[in-house]
Amino acid sequence: MSYFYLWYGWFKGEILAIPGRVIALCFFLCLFCAPFVTQDPYVLRIITLSTIFALFAASWDVLAGFTGQLSLGHALFFGVAAYTAGLLNSHLQMPPCFTIPCGAVAAVVVGLFAGIPALRLRGFYLGLVTLSFPLILSGLLFVFPQFTGGELGISGIQKLSPSRIVSYYIVVVVFTFSVFVMWKFTDAKSKLFRTGVILHAIREDEITARASGIATTRHKLLAFAISGFFAGIAGGLYVHFLRIAAPSTLDLFFSFQVILWTIFGGITTIYGSVAGVFILYPILEILATTAWGEHVRFIIFALILILTLLYMPEGVTVWILDKLETKCPRCKIVNAFTRKKCRACRAILLPKET
Amino acid sequence: MLKISEVEGGNGFDNFTVNPGVQGATQKCSSERDVSMLVNILVNGLVAGGIYAVLAVGFSLIFGVAGIFNMAHTAFYMITAFLILYATNVLSIPLPLSLLGAITITTLLGIVSYRLLFDRIKQHQTAVMIISVAVAMLFQETLLLIFGGHYRGVPPFATGFVDILGSRISYQHLFAILTSGLILIGLWVLMTRTRLGNAIRAVAQDRAIANLMGINPNRIFMIVMAISVSLAGLAGAVIAPIYTVGPLMWVEPLTIILAAVVLGGLGSIGGCVVGALILGYTETIVTFLVPGGGFLRGAVSLSIMVLVLFVKPEGLFGVVFEEERL
Repeated sequence: MSYFYLWYGWFKGEILAIPGRVIALCFFLCLFCAPFVTQDPYVLRIITLSTIFALFAASWDVLAGFTGQLSLGHALFFGVAAYTAGLLNSHLQMPPCFTIPCGAVAAVVVGLFAGIPALRLRGFYLGLVTLSFPLILSGLLFVFPQFTGGELGISGIQKLSPSRIVSYYIVVVVFTFSVFVMWKFTDAKSKLFRTGVILHAIREDEITARASGIATTRHKLLAFAISGFFAGIAGGLYVHFLRIAAPSTLDLFFSFQVILWTIFGGITTIYGSVAGVFILYPILEILATTAWGEHVRFIIFALILILTLLYMPEGVTVWILDKLETKCPRCKIVNAFTRKKCRACRAILLPKET
Repeated sequence: MLKISEVEGGNGFDNFTVNPGVQGATQKCSSERDVSMLVNILVNGLVAGGIYAVLAVGFSLIFGVAGIFNMAHTAFYMITAFLILYATNVLSIPLPLSLLGAITITTLLGIVSYRLLFDRIKQHQTAVMIISVAVAMLFQETLLLIFGGHYRGVPPFATGFVDILGSRISYQHLFAILTSGLILIGLWVLMTRTRLGNAIRAVAQDRAIANLMGINPNRIFMIVMAISVSLAGLAGAVIAPIYTVGPLMWVEPLTIILAAVVLGGLGSIGGCVVGALILGYTETIVTFLVPGGGFLRGAVSLSIMVLVLFVKPEGLFGVVFEEERL
């Protein structure tokens, strides 16, 4: 019984008292309960794809947001993993439980390879080098069509699982686990990993970080590897979900899409990228089903992006959380916006200046 | 409406094809063919390189001065091409007038998008980049909605050929080379020989000090944006009759000019031109000499950029700064 009180106290203090975490909890509950509410294949498909893309966007955030290594060609990891998984599955008939990790490992290897220029380049130079890798690779894809399927890609890949619901849960569970790991990995206050604070330091001031005895090279490569790994998992899931590995996974637009989602949601917050995908991707998909929306959906998409960035350039989630949460000026604990006094030290919370 | 080629397709690879304006001299002896091939490569490379140079210089200018990473740069070039297409094919406006009108409208569009969008969030560099991607997408989709996804051609301004060493070079190609050369020289004169050029370079070097010297940086930013967009417009006007015009035509030159800018070294205008010429020639040589080169064109150019950056991380002509600290 005392354990129950202990856990309840923790739950109340760490989750219920902080609006952002309540929202996150509700989100995951909804994600896990969705198949109980509806089993409409279309709805499940949208949620599954959003989940996969959210994983992908979060992996971009680890690299670009937290470590400051601007990657404009993140589709490289996704595409490499997608093609690895697709080729292994279609040529060697390996099951998804084997091809997806293989794809992720391939993406890590490519990530380390792509990380080598990161040791010497920074800022937009790095961005452009990373931008060029997926384009070089897709050029090669078109040159060897008998092996890669050329423009049509590799089709007829095995499903994640024969049952739709099981596939859904595989994706959602993998997503939840990965996002949790990425969050802990990049969280500066994490007691599990020390990397979070190091990555922040590298982004803010690399020279100081190096002067403080941080092996910046190793940590930058680590960030590339981790980011590539999770992007690779997303790529593998995507291929086995859609059952086709198409060259569009290496597209320029595909790389930009991640950036659009993440910046829309809020960069340098794992939850921002997830929120960005779960807001923007369903809007695009739902617009595609309406008769008039099919042609104008990208126009609407672009307008939404422009308007949000104009009025909340830090991202939607940052803007919302700023409204919902107040940091205590004395003890730096996060409070809900409804409180007049800090929940820990009773200091008076000042109303926000707007 | 005049449609030279109507290809439905969206992979973005075919839309920037070089229509060799040259039907190489027919099968004679092989040495003569080699010479005509060489001339073809030289001329087409110069066309591609010149256009890329004009685009890259405009891109580099606005990035160097105002720090705006304008992904929509080539989208403005596309807009001009489409406006010319519309003016000449549908409205049948005389050509010089339609050129002038198209470039003016594009420049105005650039200024408007600067004032409404980029100017407001200049301090968030990544947000500016994303907004420019959104603007490019907006243009692309609007054009797709109005014109459909076909690839079209604009009638050439100058018809006729000139015979150089056994291969026929169309006047249009010569016109493109000449115009891009003139534009670049004009820009060089503007940047180095005028008060405005001095002011622009001062703002690029140190915004705060330039402000103290009585230069209004915000006005300079807007002027630079106008120059940059009108350069893109000029490039679009020159190129419209040579390449095919389609709503995805901005994607491939964008990657090439980004590569050219980085290859030459960010912030160095001369470097941009050299980078663009290198990439233009690479592209042409690959297209002419390698089987399946159409697909590999972009890949080879980008590989060259990556290789150069491995050896010289600041680009060919980039200035090496002390590692920057905030």
